[in-house]
Amino acid sequence: MTDYEAVIGIETHVELMTDSKMFCGCPVDFGEAPNTTTCPVCLGLPGAMPVPNAEAMEGILKIGTALDCEVAEISYFHRKNYFYPDLPKNYQISQYDVPICHDGSIAIDVGGEPTRIGITRVHMEEDTGKSIHMGGGGRIHDAEYSLLDFNRSGVPLVEIVTEPDIRSAEQARAYGAELQRIVRTLGVSDARLEEGSMRFDANISVRPADDPVLGTRAEIKNVNSLRSLQRAVAFEIDRQIELIESGGTVVQETRHWNEETGKTTSMRSKEESEDYRYFQEPDLVPIEVSAEWRDAVMAALPELPAARRSRYQGLGVDARVAGVLVEADELGALFEEAMAAGGDPRLIGNWLSGEAVAWSRAENTAVGASPLSAQHLVDLAAMVADSTLSASAAKQVLGGVLGGEGSPAEVAEARDLVQISDSGVIEAAVDEVLVAHPDAVEGIRGGDMKPIGFLVGQVMRSTGGKADPKQVQQLIRDKTAG
Amino acid sequence: MSDPADLTIKAAGDAMRAGELTSLDLTEAALERARITESHLHAFLTLDQAGAKEAAAAADAALAAGEDAGPLHGIPIALKDNMCTKGIETTASSQILSGWIPPYNATVVDRLSAAGAVVVGKTNLDEFAMGSSTENSAYGTTRNPWDTDTVPGGSSGGSAAAVAAGSALGAFGSDTGGSIRQPASLCGVVGMKPTYGLVSRYGLIAFASSLDQIGPFARSVEDAAVLLEAVAGFDIHDATSIRGDVPNIRGSLSEGVAGLKVGIVTELSTTGIDPEVREAVVQTVNELSDAGAEVVDVSLPSCEYGLSAYYLIAPAECSANLARFDGVRYGLRAAGSTTEEMMAATRAEGFGPEVIRRILLGTYALSAGYYDAFYGQAQRVRTLIRREFAAAYEDVDVLVAPTSPTTAFPIGERTADPIAMYYADVCTIPMNLTGDPGISVPVGLDSKGLPIGFQVMAPALGEERLFQVAKAVEDIAGFTARAALATSEVVQP
Ligand SMILES: [Zn+2]
Repeated sequence: MTDYEAVIGIETHVELMTDSKMFCGCPVDFGEAPNTTTCPVCLGLPGAMPVPNAEAMEGILKIGTALDCEVAEISYFHRKNYFYPDLPKNYQISQYDVPICHDGSIAIDVGGEPTRIGITRVHMEEDTGKSIHMGGGGRIHDAEYSLLDFNRSGVPLVEIVTEPDIRSAEQARAYGAELQRIVRTLGVSDARLEEGSMRFDANISVRPADDPVLGTRAEIKNVNSLRSLQRAVAFEIDRQIELIESGGTVVQETRHWNEETGKTTSMRSKEESEDYRYFQEPDLVPIEVSAEWRDAVMAALPELPAARRSRYQGLGVDARVAGVLVEADELGALFEEAMAAGGDPRLIGNWLSGEAVAWSRAENTAVGASPLSAQHLVDLAAMVADSTLSASAAKQVLGGVLGGEGSPAEVAEARDLVQISDSGVIEAAVDEVLVAHPDAVEGIRGGDMKPIGFLVGQVMRSTGGKADPKQVQQLIRDKTAG
Repeated sequence: MSDPADLTIKAAGDAMRAGELTSLDLTEAALERARITESHLHAFLTLDQAGAKEAAAAADAALAAGEDAGPLHGIPIALKDNMCTKGIETTASSQILSGWIPPYNATVVDRLSAAGAVVVGKTNLDEFAMGSSTENSAYGTTRNPWDTDTVPGGSSGGSAAAVAAGSALGAFGSDTGGSIRQPASLCGVVGMKPTYGLVSRYGLIAFASSLDQIGPFARSVEDAAVLLEAVAGFDIHDATSIRGDVPNIRGSLSEGVAGLKVGIVTELSTTGIDPEVREAVVQTVNELSDAGAEVVDVSLPSCEYGLSAYYLIAPAECSANLARFDGVRYGLRAAGSTTEEMMAATRAEGFGPEVIRRILLGTYALSAGYYDAFYGQAQRVRTLIRREFAAAYEDVDVLVAPTSPTTAFPIGERTADPIAMYYADVCTIPMNLTGDPGISVPVGLDSKGLPIGFQVMAPALGEERLFQVAKAVEDIAGFTARAALATSEVVQP
């Protein structure tokens, strides 16, 4: 069988959470009753005209800059013409040949293989209203009637288009996840896939691994989670390979991802696709981005996920742990706060990404909702550093703190996990064990070091695990020497 | 005093402030004139008698209380029915907007209200401002008050006819290819298209967004200037409106033309121009020369392509602007078994033939594979024309030409021949393509007794100079004739 390579490009739409819509003063608010956050402009009433929202322009500049894009000094809005009932003007104000940002990239890492995914363009447009098709199959063509809600109409929408640089379903997911993290870090959108404030469309084709010519692509829509993105891309790659292997040909078409069946199905073929008759929007003037504005956005950019991960790694945290801390806001926040208070990065990073995450899963409770504070983590690490707690005891204490048993000191005390610091007590326990096991002592003296471990274990058992095993081992060596 | 309906805005304002006239008297006189003339003219789609009288009474009360909103205080005016008026039906003369009542006011409407003006009604137009005769209205043709067998011009024919007849002292129209200047010329009144962006388009039902501009009709150049002053200036709701200072519109009104350089545009003044119109224009130019202006011939060869470029750009923009009329949310809705069928049926039923022709033309011009040859090429011609005018203004202060190649033509004469109809705008279209201001001033009558308009053009934001020259033309021409229908004995049976 031929080896196939998948070639994937992703288009992402992100709704910006600005105070007002893209071209009017209506609030961006999805909690309101249908058709209440509307005005003549976003309803496309005769005579109404668009006025661009500076906050949205700032938002897209942040995204473009974070994706390492070039920013066009002058770009243009265009009208994209098509008839659809939830598009009130029957054209969408979008960008066409000169997008505001272009030629950037995102770095992803799947299975230890770092890859750069090129960003072709990042452009600004307005969202449509929402159609709810009642009766039939829930699609416009078989519905009995449709309801329209224009609250979403005119919400600023940023479209981010990649180069066809993605090669696997895993990379597709990693790209989507990283883009989501970036957008959230910038604070320009909540980027919630399930609520539609971030939406992916994936273009997928396959070709024999050594063939430079691209295969025919299909576009998948309706992907509303990162998991579905990965599943949908994987399904589509397999479908196309199977089709080709069985002598068929892939047709250029739009396919719908069905979450329940785990399959993509044909929506419409490109032959029926529309001519959008783009032309420059005469109601708007060109968008000018001054060097000062661009530089100010760049200077005000927050630390991005990739930079943060590498900073954590610089503190001695492993790559995997750094990834977990950057991924989950609450863990990252606790970690940052603990670092600011002088906590041990490696230990605290491991606890948060290990024990805390495991506890959260087992208890089905967010770590952020537990009593665990950054100061607890700092104190706990200090107790390990000064040998008050063994590493394993510290993990038990952490569990107790998460479970609400009190501060680390209180939990250690209550659970009786504090190491014995009185050397007289430990020495007596060692002597007792040595007396009880003369053969082992004899063996050691004869040069057989194996029984040392056994003897340490006996002392740990007799002290209830509270002795410092290193100290015990040293005492046994000292007492059996010569 | 004669009938107040025949006063200029200036004279009516003076009379009101002298206590000789009230806004209510004036408004009732205008409404009475409309009552007498409307059955012959059909200049209005809506006459808001009650609203107008109420506003007039309020204006009188305000003036009595010492609150003077300025030169338009208490003045009855008319608005072309493509400007949104909150609570008053606005149809753009289309069946598709039959019964539509806007929930908001166009910016010009708010500004006029703040200036104390009294709106008497909404005037007829070619459907969506597409036409040059007001015959394309879904609600009937408007007739020319000078000769009711002829057209008033268009598309703002209702506004021009209303002002000529005395049913309003001033009016506003919109000018996309000559839709203010050409009907002003045919109706013997002053009509002016401002610099693109000087007057907000917010609330003007768009025909071709990059060309549309709202402007005034009046019975004197000074009145037109006063009307423009009330509405000009930056509007936050129109992203294409010009920021910064409004030109000093009346600053040099009475300074004459001595020392100014006037260029007569060869391409707009010779071929295809009716000899009587040409003669009147030449005579006026000679008189300007006598008054001290230096007159030169200016050749702008790209003007020849203006009409063709316009009839690609305007339809292309209108094809998108009119897409919103789909029966989904407002206006007419025809029956259809699917959404697409409903939309198609609504549009087929709701739009008249000229509107459909232009939507089809524009859709075609923007289509993949044709865009560059049509829309792209038209934009290049537009750039060329802009450059030629800009270069001309480096040498002359203003340009002049006829406003319309002919005087008013008979109703029905050109309805079967769209190209002949389009040709009516040949002299006015260049200013829409360049965005520069232009004004039409009546200078005489032809042998049929129909008015001839003289057009003055100036560079962008050159309104001060434009009005200065227009006023000089008005003074030189001494045009005092009144439309037959404006003299009441004619309309008596
Ligand atoms: Zn709105």
